[in-house]
Amino acid sequence: MQRRRSSKTPTQPLQVHHKNQTDLSAWRKGGITDPGKSLQNHQSPNDHKNDSNQHSLEQALSYFEKVQDRVSLKKNNTLQKHLTTVESVALQRGLPPEAFDVLLNVALSGKLADTVNTRLLKNLIPASVIPEASVVSSVSWLCVSKCSGSIQLLFLKWLITVFDFIDHKEKLHALYGFFFSFLQDEKMCPYVCHLLYLLTRKESVKPFRIRKLLDLQAKMGMQSHLQALLSLYKLFCPELVTITLPRKMKTYFKNSEGPWKAAINTVRRRNQENSPTSQILFLGTAQPQSRKRKWNTQLIISASSKTKNNLEEDQVKNCVYLYGENESLPVEQLQTFSQLLQNIHQLEFPSQMGSVLRNPLLLHYMNCIRDETIYLRLYYWMGQTLQEECTWCVADNSQYEKEFKEFLDTIYKTECFLQEGFPSCEEFLYKSLPLWDGFCCRSQILRLVSWIPLSSSSEVKSQLYDPLAQLFFTSSLYFKCSVLESLKELLRNWLIWHVIHLDSEADSRVQSLNTTLSGLVNMVAELIRFVGWISTVALRLENNPAFLMYFILNFYEIVCDMYLGYNLPLLIMPPAGVFYPALLSMDSVSLNQLCYIMYRYRTNLVAAKENELSKKKILQFKFSSQTYQEYNQYVIAMVGCLWTSSAFQKDIHPQGLHMDDELLKKTAVQDFKTSFNIVYHPAMMAYAVLFLQQACPNDTTFDFSLIKGKKWNWYLEYLYAQGLKGLKVFIESSVNRVSQPSRSSAGNVQV
Amino acid sequence: ENADQQKNVFLLQKQWTLYSVTPLYRFSDAHLKDYARLLSAFVAAEKQKGLAVEIGVELDIKVAVSVLPDLKGSEEDAAAILVQLSSRSAASSKHKGEKVIWSGWFCCVSGEDLSKNVPEDFTCLPLFLANGAESYTSIVGSWFQKTFDCCFRRLAISPLILSWMAAMWTACKVDKTAAAMELVFSIPCLPQPLDISYSIHPEDAKALWDTVQKTPGEVTQEEVNVFMDCLYSHFHRHFKIHLSATKLVKVSTAIASAHCDGIIKFLQSQYLTGVLMLLTELAISQIQ
Repeated sequence: MQRRRSSKTPTQPLQVHHKNQTDLSAWRKGGITDPGKSLQNHQSPNDHKNDSNQHSLEQALSYFEKVQDRVSLKKNNTLQKHLTTVESVALQRGLPPEAFDVLLNVALSGKLADTVNTRLLKNLIPASVIPEASVVSSVSWLCVSKCSGSIQLLFLKWLITVFDFIDHKEKLHALYGFFFSFLQDEKMCPYVCHLLYLLTRKESVKPFRIRKLLDLQAKMGMQSHLQALLSLYKLFCPELVTITLPRKMKTYFKNSEGPWKAAINTVRRRNQENSPTSQILFLGTAQPQSRKRKWNTQLIISASSKTKNNLEEDQVKNCVYLYGENESLPVEQLQTFSQLLQNIHQLEFPSQMGSVLRNPLLLHYMNCIRDETIYLRLYYWMGQTLQEECTWCVADNSQYEKEFKEFLDTIYKTECFLQEGFPSCEEFLYKSLPLWDGFCCRSQILRLVSWIPLSSSSEVKSQLYDPLAQLFFTSSLYFKCSVLESLKELLRNWLIWHVIHLDSEADSRVQSLNTTLSGLVNMVAELIRFVGWISTVALRLENNPAFLMYFILNFYEIVCDMYLGYNLPLLIMPPAGVFYPALLSMDSVSLNQLCYIMYRYRTNLVAAKENELSKKKILQFKFSSQTYQEYNQYVIAMVGCLWTSSAFQKDIHPQGLHMDDELLKKTAVQDFKTSFNIVYHPAMMAYAVLFLQQACPNDTTFDFSLIKGKKWNWYLEYLYAQGLKGLKVFIESSVNRVSQPSRSSAGNVQV
Repeated sequence: ENADQQKNVFLLQKQWTLYSVTPLYRFSDAHLKDYARLLSAFVAAEKQKGLAVEIGVELDIKVAVSVLPDLKGSEEDAAAILVQLSSRSAASSKHKGEKVIWSGWFCCVSGEDLSKNVPEDFTCLPLFLANGAESYTSIVGSWFQKTFDCCFRRLAISPLILSWMAAMWTACKVDKTAAAMELVFSIPCLPQPLDISYSIHPEDAKALWDTVQKTPGEVTQEEVNVFMDCLYSHFHRHFKIHLSATKLVKVSTAIASAHCDGIIKFLQSQYLTGVLMLLTELAISQIQ
């Protein structure tokens, strides 16, 4: 089929595609509950033959759904046709989950002749899973005994064979008592025993059931199937089953594979060949086929409890509790948050810690239980998996990039959830960043960078900053912005970590990173200087785009507030290479953002100064006078640029705007003195024009010099109303307007 | 001691595929029999995946888990563990022999670097060696991964380490009939693979090494480089081929033979622990 398809596809006329479409929609409309679940849905939509199969199967199913009493097979061609369809589809590809409800209903309701029912039951080959609900409803048919004894037996045999294909078993467990009552039936007894054997859990073992089994044994003699069930009961509750059972049995149950096993295997093999994705549907293993290439790595691990193995072991005479016997709740049963709360004292972590990544409840639990071994188990698993699966460090891995991306995304989400970075992930980044091309899994890697834990390790520079800088300078504008964004997040995460640990210094949790405050301050300072450096270079390389400036200033929005916002005794001013391009930007958004940042610097510095002066507490750290000096220089430049029109004269920063009058005259620019203030600044001029249009609608000369005195104040109000809130807070805080509106003094924070 | 060496003699002359294993969580020597039972059920279940395991049938593959004596470098090292799968087919039962179809063993020889940093709940057996079909390695490995929350990874041997092995094993004394030392080089970037095999008489190699080594019992990277360079220049004199531009892929001596893909064959029982110590070190560096 595969081969034919590939040769046919290119020559297929458009019409056929159209027909496919209608076929598909018909399939959906035809009362099929969930097409997303069906296997067919995973297959190529070009597959014409499959579609026609689907179509006829759908017709067959709707026929069986509506079929009325006792239709004779011999006389009824329609029935024959549909029965053949079901058989051929079942043997070829297996039946989709939706089919079981319909077919089981009809086969067990006794509407049709037993020959038909037998044929139907024999062909119930699952393509993927069997819905639990369909099994439950068929058990209810069994209870009303509408069907003959042979059909009942056949159904039980089928149920035993396909037991592992049933998607859930909770409701089936609830029917344990019903199945148990079928033990009375002598013919059904062996099969019911086998089924009960599969269903039995510790809580199913009850004294009255044991009595019943012993009665049956007394009546029927030593039967291997009864002994099997009894020995399982004894395994679970040795104190309740006191009889001695033979040590070793050759076979407990008769082979009940019936006609299905071979067919299931064939169908499975064929489906695997046909579509690699369909394999995940089997037995709920959420492992894509490609992972099979390496047995030793699993990106996705499902949570299973440690003691599970013990229960599955069938010949164990003495139950082996490898991990100590206690009444712990298996993690598989943990479904809701309230369950977690109720069982938090008796919960055990899954056998493989890797499974917690996709289990929010266990992550909550992990957050409460600060146990070193938990983290160590996760550390080893994650470290090895990351290295093994890294698509650019390991040859031939590139084809699995999608899976690796998903894995990295999962780790990132977990880190966000736990609000802390994994050391294994940090090590992985250090190892792999020097080899990274900056392209593969870019957003994932950069997001993980933001969760590098705060540790006073000397590795950060050589293993993070150096490789990152190389990529940064040689990559696109977009990459630069992404790096800045992730470093901003990194800074924020470090600061939050610091605040939390400042609050809970008595926290007993053993911190692997014994970070002293000075070590921490150094780490943060190093990060800020690094960002200052790459930002300066990037602005030059990219010619000061507003987009880049936005990301840089976002970073400084955190930096300027570290003292008050995060209680860290550190403030670092942006380098001149960032400050001046922002100040002279053509773009009012950048300028406004810069104003806000400078206002926050002022607030922080004033607060620090006050703390220092009041000496309420002995300060371990003092801001250096250089920080205040730098701030003052910047503020003078800003006020000169925005307010006093004296940028060229007053700026005293060594890399600033200061220029001799002689030189300025040579530029032949008229009125250079007024070139920079809130009216003439290139970023503000558009506002000035709009303001003049509204203030003096009849004047078309656009004489900016009109904006003075009262109009100056209106203009300011106008600017504030336009959303320039940063400008507002800056001017209100740093410009002294009390006596003369046009004069000002620079910020009054002095060293 | 000789008797113990006899016990481990079956480890010789076999090709072992190397894996590194992260510390085993809650593994205990006291439960080896239970592990064997659980593992044999797991093997049976894996082999008929997708169908209900038939219950009560005698399993056709037997699993044995036992301690390998005296494969330790120091008292701190955990005891080496051997896992063997043997088939009980009707044919072989006549001869009263169960045929071993797969074996694998965990060991740690002087692995203090790892074990001293690990809490009590963990057992450090960082080196795993497997012989037999990979499908069984995968089943057994998966079971260990699931049960003891550990991670297996193939352990490759870099050309640098291979040259160390060449030098170190040359220095070891063996009886006179020792096999030649053979180095295999692979030439990169060719459409068809091309290997160069370079054999040296063990006594010549030993004589060369003795002139290179400054302090007996101690090997430095510099000495290894000099040793290999001498061999390369000798080869170049005869064949005008610079072996330094190729990749060393295999080293065989009378002590052992090692392939860069992470495959090793032990040949001398007296040097078994010595080789294992080096391999343990490699495994630990892959884990950490």
